Amino acid sequence: MSEHHVNWLPRRTLLSGRAWTAWLVCLLCVCLLAPVLNLWVPAGSPLHMSDYAVALMGKIMCYAICALALDLIWGYTGILSLGHGLFFALGGYMMGMYLMRQIGRDGQYQSDLPDFMVFLDWKQLPWHWTFSDSFVATLLLVVLVPGLLAGVFGYFAFRSRIKGVYFSIITQAMTFAAMLLFFRNETGFGGNNGFTDFKRILGLPIATPGMRMVLFVLTGVTLLGFFLLARGLVNSKYGRVLQAIRDAESRVMFSGYSPLPYKLSIWVISAVMCAVAGALYVPQVGIINPGEMSPANSIEMAVWAAVGGRATLVGPIVGAFLVNGAKSWLTVVAPEFWLYCLGALFIAVTLFLPQGVVGLLKSRQRKGDPS
Amino acid sequence: MTPDLMNQGAERVERFAAESARRASQAAGGTASYGRVLQDRHAVDVSHGRILYLEDVCVSFDGFKAINHLSLDIAPGELRCIIGPNGAGKTTMMDIITGKTRPDSGTVFFGSTIDLLRHNEPEIAQLGIGRKFQKPTVFEHLSVVDNLELALKTNKGVKASLRFKLNGQQRDRLHEVLTTIHLLPDALRTAGNLSHGQKQWLEIGMLLMQDPKLLLLDEPVAGMTDHETERTAELFLSLKGKHSLMVVEHDMSFVRTISDIVTVLCDGSVLAQGTLDQVQADERVIEVYLGR
Amino acid sequence: MNMMKHWIRAWVLFAGCSGLLSAHALTPQLAMEMAVGESDSRIQAIGKALEAPDANTAALLQAMADETAKVFADAVWVVDQGQARNATTGETRALPDDAQDIMLNNRMRSEIDAALAALKLFSPDAQQRIVAAQAMLKEPDAARKPMLEKALASESQAEVQAWLKSALAAVNLSDAVAATRMAAVKVLAQSARPDVLLLLNQQLTAEQDPAVQSVLKAAIRQVQDGLKWGERLGVLFTGVSLGSILMLVALGLAITYGLMGVINMAHGELMMIGAYATYLVQVLFRQYLPSGFDYYLIAAIPVSFLVSAMVGAALERSVLKYLYGRPLETLLATWGISLMLMQAVRSLFGAQNVGVENPSWMSGSWVVMSNLQLPWNRIIIVAFSLAVLAAVALMIGRTRLGLFVRGVTQNRPMASCMGVNTARIDTYAFALGSGIAGLAGCALSQIGNVGPDLGQSYIVDSFMVVVLGGVGQLAGTVYAALGLGLLNKVLEGWAGAVLAKIAVLVFIIVFIQKRPQGIFAMKGRSAEA
Repeated sequence: MSEHHVNWLPRRTLLSGRAWTAWLVCLLCVCLLAPVLNLWVPAGSPLHMSDYAVALMGKIMCYAICALALDLIWGYTGILSLGHGLFFALGGYMMGMYLMRQIGRDGQYQSDLPDFMVFLDWKQLPWHWTFSDSFVATLLLVVLVPGLLAGVFGYFAFRSRIKGVYFSIITQAMTFAAMLLFFRNETGFGGNNGFTDFKRILGLPIATPGMRMVLFVLTGVTLLGFFLLARGLVNSKYGRVLQAIRDAESRVMFSGYSPLPYKLSIWVISAVMCAVAGALYVPQVGIINPGEMSPANSIEMAVWAAVGGRATLVGPIVGAFLVNGAKSWLTVVAPEFWLYCLGALFIAVTLFLPQGVVGLLKSRQRKGDPS
Repeated sequence: MTPDLMNQGAERVERFAAESARRASQAAGGTASYGRVLQDRHAVDVSHGRILYLEDVCVSFDGFKAINHLSLDIAPGELRCIIGPNGAGKTTMMDIITGKTRPDSGTVFFGSTIDLLRHNEPEIAQLGIGRKFQKPTVFEHLSVVDNLELALKTNKGVKASLRFKLNGQQRDRLHEVLTTIHLLPDALRTAGNLSHGQKQWLEIGMLLMQDPKLLLLDEPVAGMTDHETERTAELFLSLKGKHSLMVVEHDMSFVRTISDIVTVLCDGSVLAQGTLDQVQADERVIEVYLGR
Repeated sequence: MNMMKHWIRAWVLFAGCSGLLSAHALTPQLAMEMAVGESDSRIQAIGKALEAPDANTAALLQAMADETAKVFADAVWVVDQGQARNATTGETRALPDDAQDIMLNNRMRSEIDAALAALKLFSPDAQQRIVAAQAMLKEPDAARKPMLEKALASESQAEVQAWLKSALAAVNLSDAVAATRMAAVKVLAQSARPDVLLLLNQQLTAEQDPAVQSVLKAAIRQVQDGLKWGERLGVLFTGVSLGSILMLVALGLAITYGLMGVINMAHGELMMIGAYATYLVQVLFRQYLPSGFDYYLIAAIPVSFLVSAMVGAALERSVLKYLYGRPLETLLATWGISLMLMQAVRSLFGAQNVGVENPSWMSGSWVVMSNLQLPWNRIIIVAFSLAVLAAVALMIGRTRLGLFVRGVTQNRPMASCMGVNTARIDTYAFALGSGIAGLAGCALSQIGNVGPDLGQSYIVDSFMVVVLGGVGQLAGTVYAALGLGLLNKVLEGWAGAVLAKIAVLVFIIVFIQKRPQGIFAMKGRSAEA
């Protein structure tokens, strides 16, 4: 009987040996190599990692977290969200409020209130800024506010069994409505200028190479940590139920699973991941405005996941790097050309590359290795 | 009084004592009556001798009467075959039983206490009704063994699934079912790559993993070879007694192999019911379905 | 041209003023006071001249406004074709070189304009007199009171009299005597106009006398009640107008999604293409057929339909054909197409808005009440939407092509077995949906800006209409569009545009809870999409 056990039972490890090595290498690159190349190696040397590269990589890593989150709900559960940019932006805004308070009296108007409030002639902080001077409270808000919104929205949407395209359209409407709300000055989030001109974080100046590297390392570690979390979720029976929901939701119900708690839980987890990414994004990029909530941003996240390869976890991360790398390059070299490229990328990926880059590589590998 | 007669008498007394002892534990000392205390709300109560009970069910879609005053019941441990022309409402009836469609009127009971109209699909599945679809619906991107593991009768909540690990007993059960459905060598293959007949078997296997009290099988041998059909018939016959089965089929030889009682459905209601021979001799059935 | 206009104006004024008793003609001294000196004294002089205006006064004021009045030899002259005519005596002389211009700043200009407008109170044309009285009602000026009284005294037509009385009451509103004020309030309470409301409110804040205050409050309530009906109908009309536009926009989407299952994120861009096609037709007409400019719209309608339909057909053949049955991928691919289309239009026409003018028969509005003005272009677009709806319903329900479309979308393999060329029907159906989007773009060009972002602002709303209206029946789209348009406008009145939009979106999400398939649900097995 023992030989049967070995033959037919699947192996359930978090990562294979090779994958663990790759993960550790990435961790070392982020935590050791990058700081050394940026802070210690002198500026003239070819090995030096410029500040611009650090900022760019940090930004793209935040995007990669979003792509990972989208893979969890789209690649594995079959729910295409066109509004995850909202959670990203909300996390960013929570952090932004804290950073605006940290400016203190160094703003244009030298007042305790942020500049835009003085400009609007407000005399005191609105209620939603109450916790904005505590870092710990801000961290909690980054997780709670988008999480709660995702929970409520998801509960009502999934309970009424809105599926497929209807759901995607409604998420798009949700982020559009929020964008309109945040563009108003009365909402108290800086209107269409948003938050910018940050000076400090936790009392330390924010624009120094040291702080930038700290944020970079933090983002990288978060990305790698979330990757492990996602892997754990996907490898468990929970992850298999999610894939079953994606493939044949009615059969899942007839097997005794109620899809609502599964969908809701993964939805909230992915929303919180995006929110954390947003909170890491804002100090590195130095600005947040309602444009981040535009439907176009959220739809772009979907293309990162599609290009990389859905349901692979690694794929969307790769996709985020590829597409955003191309964007940074093209918008400098040939800006009008970029939108054509992006549009063509959407079309090409859906028509010719449904498995994405990583998916294609994996299937080639499987064909060559029929074990 | 011969010794044989005395033995027979003793056996009969024993049997009766065992029966009444069993009934007594169920029925508080008497036969089934009104006003009993239920031990377990979710346990199926078959003391009335019926595990599934449909009465006067009606459902119409946009004016078309799909089910028209349908009444049907199944005894526990029975293997009932349902036959009838296309559009007779066979699949719709299964949809109603499993909670996918709500009838406009009528009652549907599981045992004598569980009103199926008050539960949704996952709850009904957890109560012990398993369904196999007309088209084999398996989870295409998961492996065979993953498919079966998902169907395993266990806690189906989110927390339980996050922490789930197969224990020895469950592993043995998996192995047993894999052997029964003859998919042990293909255990790690992706389900989407199986042949049609193998997918049918996988779905039956998933049903077995669920360990339901009532199995609803919608055209289980469609597209199978004769050999596979024979094996399926053997499987169903082995399940009969411990589980109740309702099988919808068009293959008359298959029906003959497995059935006791056959119900003929037509235009949303029961046209005839009896053994296959009785039904095949019925004029109305010949007119409507079997042909001359 | 200018000379002609100048002469006509002078003659009209002359003729208009000829019916006046000119007890005091314009004196040379007064003319000089009007032309030179400090602004304050000049304005006073104008006021004095207006107390007893005559033909010369009007002519001089007009000349000052036209900058054809000059000063030399201690008199004011009006220059006309090199000849100078004395403003008061009428003698003519040649224009000397040392003639001085009359200085005009903004204040003087506005005073002269107001004076000229006031003079219109004596125009022979009743309509002009009404317009003048209305202008005086809007901005009451105590200095003009004698003029008004004089005009009222000599007025014979009842309608003009009523307006003059209102104008006089507006002036009396700030009179020193309380009784006059109260009488004035009572007169004004009769007219349900927003400008009257404004005057009454302004007076209320300045009023000290409690008796007059209470009369004012009552009058304000009376005027507001009168205005309410106008407001309600106004909201109803804007709701219907918005609803008709949404319906037009969503109709094409309902066809491509409802009948074909294709979710087209580029729908907005197809609309934009229709709008730009209209713009091009307008440009062509302006260049080659300027006399027929008013009819460019008639040509633009089929052009925009065809252009969008062809673009849609091209899209379907090249991309969408391969994505049927995969709605999420279709969504992404069409989003990519929309990006490319927007960028293409930006490179061809520039990123700024382009100007599309209404033809003259569509400009202006139908004034139903003082605060209810229904623009003609919107009324015509409502009619246009209904016509398009009728045409589409007829086409889908009654023609062979419509039958094939319905057959293919309900059961493709069967239709194919029947000999229907399903690929071609798909292209036709998608082209029809896109063509309707083009028509919507043509309609939008008449009431809004045309730019590369035209599609983006309507896409979310049109999707909401499709989600709410349900799939498979056009009736759902119609009801949903009208309903959403009305709901949006009604809420806008309470909460402002942004909150109204958000409320509508929340409402849709809640509604979908109860009826996930939309207003017109499709039951049974086929509704598993």
